[in-house]
Amino acid sequence: MTGLQDRLTPEQVEEFGREMDELRARIVADLGAADVEYIHNVIKTQRGLEVTGRALMYAGFFPPAWLAGVGALSLAKILDNMEIGHNVMHGQYDWTRDPALSSQRFEWDNVAPAENWRHSHNYIHHTYTNIVDKDRDVGYGILRIDPAQRWHPYYLGNPVYATLLAIFFQWGVMLHDLEVDRVVKGERKWSEFREERRRIGRKMGTQIGKDYVLFPLLTGPLAPLTFAGNAAANLTRNLWAFGIIFCGHFPADVESFSEEETEHETRGQWYLRQILGSANITGGALFHVLSGNLSHQIEHHLFPDIPARRYPQIAGEVRAICEKYGLPYHTGPLRKQLWSVAKKIVKFALPGSGDSTPEPATVERDRTPAAA
Amino acid sequence: MAIRAAVRRAAARSGTQASSLASLAERLLTPHGVDRYLELIDPMLVRREIRGEVVALRRPTRDSITLTVRPSRAWQGFAAGQFVRVTVDIDGVRRTRCYSPAGSAHRDGELEFTVKAHEGGLVSRHLHEHGHVGMVLGLSHADGTFALPEQRPDSIVLIAGGSGITPVLSMLRTLVDERYPGEVSLLYYARTPADMPYAEELDELASRRGVRIHVRHTAADGHFTADHLRRVAPWFARATTYLCGPPPLMEAVRTLYADAGIAGQLHTEEFTPPVLTVAASEAGGRIRFTRSGVDVANDGRTLLEQAEDAGLSPDHGCRMGICFSCTQRKVSGVVRTASGGESAEDDEEIQLCVTAAAGDVDIDC
Ligand SMILES: Cc1cc2nc3c(=O)[nH]c(=O)nc-3n(C[C@H](O)[C@H](O)[C@H](O)COP(=O)(O)OP(=O)(O)OC[C@H]3O[C@@H](n4cnc5c(N)ncnc54)[C@H](O)[C@@H]3O)c2cc1C
Ligand code: FES
Repeated sequence: MTGLQDRLTPEQVEEFGREMDELRARIVADLGAADVEYIHNVIKTQRGLEVTGRALMYAGFFPPAWLAGVGALSLAKILDNMEIGHNVMHGQYDWTRDPALSSQRFEWDNVAPAENWRHSHNYIHHTYTNIVDKDRDVGYGILRIDPAQRWHPYYLGNPVYATLLAIFFQWGVMLHDLEVDRVVKGERKWSEFREERRRIGRKMGTQIGKDYVLFPLLTGPLAPLTFAGNAAANLTRNLWAFGIIFCGHFPADVESFSEEETEHETRGQWYLRQILGSANITGGALFHVLSGNLSHQIEHHLFPDIPARRYPQIAGEVRAICEKYGLPYHTGPLRKQLWSVAKKIVKFALPGSGDSTPEPATVERDRTPAAA
Repeated sequence: MAIRAAVRRAAARSGTQASSLASLAERLLTPHGVDRYLELIDPMLVRREIRGEVVALRRPTRDSITLTVRPSRAWQGFAAGQFVRVTVDIDGVRRTRCYSPAGSAHRDGELEFTVKAHEGGLVSRHLHEHGHVGMVLGLSHADGTFALPEQRPDSIVLIAGGSGITPVLSMLRTLVDERYPGEVSLLYYARTPADMPYAEELDELASRRGVRIHVRHTAADGHFTADHLRRVAPWFARATTYLCGPPPLMEAVRTLYADAGIAGQLHTEEFTPPVLTVAASEAGGRIRFTRSGVDVANDGRTLLEQAEDAGLSPDHGCRMGICFSCTQRKVSGVVRTASGGESAEDDEEIQLCVTAAAGDVDIDC
């Protein structure tokens, strides 16, 4: 495999980095009322779906109403966590100076407290993207998803852990932020996370309180149905978020890196790593919104703090730049990407590096030689 | 509109029942909170934040606009002379500036702001060009120490220039409303008669018992002199004086009061922020951000910059002392403020963006 540093000459990397910086500057200069209007519309839709979903639970004895309620509430939670929460907490709207869109203040409809998540995701994952042993999102500390992770009999359970993680994703994220895996391995001490634990306790209280106590009680005799409906909505969101997120970095061909090759990285090299370590998902406009535009994982990793609605707008340009420098631009439909991730999870359950033949079917690769 | 009116009426029906309902609603609508839902029905329904709806608007002069604003339910009133941080949305970005309500503090169901349009000014121009009845503004609670004390002084002098009329007019109207028994005189400077936003109001106020008003037009009759003051308030040396206006007027009055040895009786309000220049020699001591538990060596730059470098993200807006978004409580220590003064007062509100530490400082941030 080509090493990270020898894909482009140092001059090419810097030139490439400059092009990315220019692209970014152009978008930043253009931010304005349209971006705010967009996110306000998404928020309005999300709140509308949420209220509709909660209201439909009062008719939960009528199965179609219950299903519609679960659907509305699931969509509300998905929008809240992905297109709104994830993106707002990245600081994509901090420039608006609107406290309701502030990365520091926003709290999402999820058991993982925003503050813990911001640290593990915005800082650790986005800074150390796909660096094995540094990016804790590589396998989430419980899965083996990369040949560079040393095998251990524990990983025989890979498919089981992945299934459980998908079902309980919000709880997984919450424990992930707490670095529970490292505490279990004795790498970190429980006492180091006192503050995080306190936040989690509070957040769990309010989240469980509304979904599993208050709203069910408010529907009186329908309480069990409401309870089940809310649980179903949380489950749908979990499965969806898991799917989208795992397709972002783990399809075959997406690269991972070692600490050594990323030492003393320049900005250009950092951009390069983001491109090589991310994969997009193709789909329609609605799909992109529901994925929080994480379907544009590459653009998101290049510019995590630019409003996500801009990613589809700049995707063509980013891809053209990649082509110009002979860099791969990983992308493919959800179904294929998911299949590719699933195969990887099974493969790496077993010792060795798995079947190392590339899988051209899973991702479209643009790899025309550098025009240098 | 009918639905909105009905919802507002329902929201206005208060009492203990409503407050326990409200706390249940907060619990149900966690993590976003009730306001984030109510505002989608009507931005004025918010319970925690303060907003204000423009209910009337006039243009008293060529370059000023007077907005009558009805605040939402969280508004708690103001003391005459204080200011309010007003927030508007300009091309997607929230901009905050201070404006002093000009009306009587006894009629705080409606606030009156008179805003002068500054050339190239972002917020003032926006209000001039886009202000309309029904416009909703973000408001803060009233703030500032430039205010009539609860215990009213026996005699009061008000001096204002240009748009600086607003806080002192609020004082005058408040005093008239409460039938203030002492003497109060206003000395007001405007460039020309056409530049006076409150000409009729001042005529009417001048007819009240105990009130004397003297207006001077600087284009024709020149700037402040001690004579002007003596004419309207020969007793000024024993009065408490409130001054707000452009820097040259402020400077002239300050000099007069200092020379007369009565600087302690003069209270001032500045509309324009002075620029903070920090000497490197000011470095030294430690800054403790007590709420965040962060402690850094003071390198002499502004507290906002040092807080940010220490990994904190304090609220801020303009970064130049205009918007007061960065105000935090200083627990203890000596700070140097933009106006060049040093302050050692405990539990003092300071603007992080234009304040530097002089030695050890604790900030609740
Ligand atoms: C406590 C307080 C109370 C205030 N009360 C009022 C009030 O009642 N009515 C009112 O009209 N204004 C008042 N102001 C001033 C107001 O807050 C704004 O500074 C003013 O409206 C200009 O804002 P802007 O966004 O239009 O200009 P900006 O875009 O902030 O500035 C544009 C240019 O104008 C200059 N500038 C900014 N402010 C002033 C100023 N006040 N005088 C001269 N030049 C300036 C800037 O240096 C800059 O060059 C008050 C200010 C303070 C601090
Ligand atoms: S006064 Fe605006 S940031 Fe400090």
